[in-house]
Amino acid sequence: MAKKVITEPPTTTTLMTLSQKFNWREFLQKYMIVGVLILFVTILAIMTDGNSIEPVNLVNVIRQVSAIGIIAVGMTFVIITLGIDLSVGSILGLAAVVAASLAQVPTGSLVKFEGIDLPVIVGVLAGLAVGALAGFTNGVLIAKFRLAPFIATLGMMSIARGLAYIYTGDGRPFSDLKPEYNFIGQGYLFADPNQPLSGIPVPVVLFLVVAGVASFVLNYTKFGRYNFAIGGNETAARVSGIRIPRVTIVIYTISGLLAGLAGVLLSARIGSGNSTLGTGIELDAITAVIIGGTSFKGGIGTIWGTIVGAILIGVINNGLDLLNVSPFMQIVVKGLIIIIAIIIDERKNSKKI
Amino acid sequence: MGKFIVEMKGITKRFPGVLALNDVKFNLRAGTVHSLMGENGAGKSTLMKILAGVYTLDEGQILIDGKQVSITDPRSGLDHGIAMIHQELSFIPELSAAENIYLGRELRNRAGLVSKHIMAEAAQKVFDRWGIKILASSLMRDLSVAQAQMVEIAKAIAFDARIIIMDEPTSAITDREVAALHKIIGQLREAGTAIIYITHKMDEVFAISDEITIFRDGAWVATELSKEMTRDSLISLMVGRELTTLFPKSEAKIGEVILEVKNLNRGRQVRDVSFNVKRGEILGFAGLMGSGRTEVLETLFGIYGAESGSIKINGKEIKIREPHQAIAAGIGLLTEDRKKTGIMGVLSVRDNMSVASLSKFTIGGILRKPLIEKQCEEQRQALSLKTPSLNQQIQNLSGGNQQKVLLSRWLLTDPDILIIDEPTRGIDVGAKSEIHRLMSELAKQGKAIIMVSSEMPEILGMSDRVVVMCEGRLVGEVSRKEATQEKIMELATQFSDEAVA
Repeated sequence: MAKKVITEPPTTTTLMTLSQKFNWREFLQKYMIVGVLILFVTILAIMTDGNSIEPVNLVNVIRQVSAIGIIAVGMTFVIITLGIDLSVGSILGLAAVVAASLAQVPTGSLVKFEGIDLPVIVGVLAGLAVGALAGFTNGVLIAKFRLAPFIATLGMMSIARGLAYIYTGDGRPFSDLKPEYNFIGQGYLFADPNQPLSGIPVPVVLFLVVAGVASFVLNYTKFGRYNFAIGGNETAARVSGIRIPRVTIVIYTISGLLAGLAGVLLSARIGSGNSTLGTGIELDAITAVIIGGTSFKGGIGTIWGTIVGAILIGVINNGLDLLNVSPFMQIVVKGLIIIIAIIIDERKNSKKI
Repeated sequence: MGKFIVEMKGITKRFPGVLALNDVKFNLRAGTVHSLMGENGAGKSTLMKILAGVYTLDEGQILIDGKQVSITDPRSGLDHGIAMIHQELSFIPELSAAENIYLGRELRNRAGLVSKHIMAEAAQKVFDRWGIKILASSLMRDLSVAQAQMVEIAKAIAFDARIIIMDEPTSAITDREVAALHKIIGQLREAGTAIIYITHKMDEVFAISDEITIFRDGAWVATELSKEMTRDSLISLMVGRELTTLFPKSEAKIGEVILEVKNLNRGRQVRDVSFNVKRGEILGFAGLMGSGRTEVLETLFGIYGAESGSIKINGKEIKIREPHQAIAAGIGLLTEDRKKTGIMGVLSVRDNMSVASLSKFTIGGILRKPLIEKQCEEQRQALSLKTPSLNQQIQNLSGGNQQKVLLSRWLLTDPDILIIDEPTRGIDVGAKSEIHRLMSELAKQGKAIIMVSSEMPEILGMSDRVVVMCEGRLVGEVSRKEATQEKIMELATQFSDEAVA
């Protein structure tokens, strides 16, 4: 059967869905994700008697997905250029333990560097640097050694996680972190001191800032537009004078850097640097990117779509939690969402004519 | 003349934002060759893809042998005896010719197992019967484009197709192969098969067709007997106006040498090639397919690394190892294969146009979007580009309009030297003369233009000077005055007899 398919031109099935007079369907497809989000939120609101749309809960949902969201922003760049980064979860773990180890209270228990008291910023920067370096390595492997992104980042996925285990020695997490460090994951900005739980959580602020900058870069810089060109047709991009290796290395470095930031954020959120942190988060990030409308075939994607995608994942997780659905079932639901998202992508972004 | 084997009535087909076919009719008689002519985007290919089941129609009906049929996919097209040979051939390179022919309905032996041997024998019979000189057991990847095409035709025959549609079959094969193709078309016609032939080449149309149907802008214009038409009447029906001249080459002042290439080498395709081009000059690169024309220029542009040789621009030696270096040195290259190395299909017309010149539009890495918008809009008007908007995905445009976008891409980089590889391949007459006019204009502005073309009239009509390649070597040079078709062909084929042997 598979053979038969190849003999027929690939455009056959998709064209039928595209033959319409107006663009309303295109419009719907483009913004469907927002509709789906509103639909889910509404359903959950009804099923939980409005508990799910309490502001506290909503802010909480976004805070929960901010690490996924930050990684998904980097993943958006990667996937637009027809790449994939499987190593982000492991890079997150490695960055988390490195950053946390440098941000421990010197008098605490199980201190990695005894007697050394560094400003918190050092730990944060070290985490970011570790992430960026790992990402840079991915980029070099892909751009210079011509490895497929899947393979290069699969290797890095293993290496970074292994290094995280080695760094923690006996595998025990680095806890007793400084309060300034924990503030990154637990604090609130713009809070009203007279009112508990007011303000915006720091992770949410970080997520939105990262997304805002990324969206600007993607749409208003040469580098951003080159991403789309490479994803649209790499050969044509090269002939048009784009230095593919250079752009590729920058893209994977950004992805690694953001994974590092997510590592700092998550370790600060739970107050300890754990070497298993971020396991499997790459799949959540890829899911967010794809349901956000970025095409797995390259050349198409938006940051705002990814943000909505990440929040949607959070809403679904949160909703299933509120409804007491088993966490195992939640994993199944996530898988279904990925598959549905890809089917939609297939139908709307297949080559026309 | 025979009775109608196919009748298509009131066919309408819409694509997003485009009415591709508007109430079109088409009638085909058995045992005839029927050519479809029209500018790109006129609707010929769309209509044929509807007949073959690749697209489904929105409105209208199809009658075969007088009976209404519904063709929903290529398989049901084949069941009605309709086979289409696409412009871009689709086959599995790792399988043999015979296996490709019987793909999806493999022949089996008595034990019910697929038998390569039986298929090879059956396919060989078809080949021999129709004088196709191919070994049925040879792998598709070892066959030339023309041979692969013959396999496709044999496949249609093996399927008992009574209606064979050929979509620009001669756009990528040599003259000798064209002759072989035309011969087999003649045989098929005599056997009662109806052939629908889509082409842009005038000579061919008159050489092989019985009837010609002309389309324009998605509408049927005329169906005439081929012998009752002339080249001029055909062109005027296609474009809806009289074309004053096909090659509007105007005299440009030819200045000093701007590019000088010496002893360029790369593998078998580029051997010791030296040439120069002057400001205001259009230099034609002639030669057969595979003679190395494209490779020389792609090596010059840094797509492939040169093994040796020197490149001088304005007398200054430069190194080009990557395309971005060539662009920085003031060279532009509009490649031969629009789809593979030209367009970025899902990207907008604007993005496709501006991609090579974004550096010009940035301040501190940030794009000046209004400026991009303004310049793209100017290009769109200057080249009378047909697109609903600059936001349109380029893949939704017709071939001619895609080519204009790519030309704009290079014009925006403002190159001193513009290399155009097959400027008008697969492009309709109207767009063709527009592109030719633009090339003339660019030369007038003092740019040097290097043009590769397989179309002799284009080479003769547009070039100030022609260099001829054969088997990776530059074998001769003729001035515009001396250039004749015979002279160029003589140079281009000087080694080819031994090469064939």
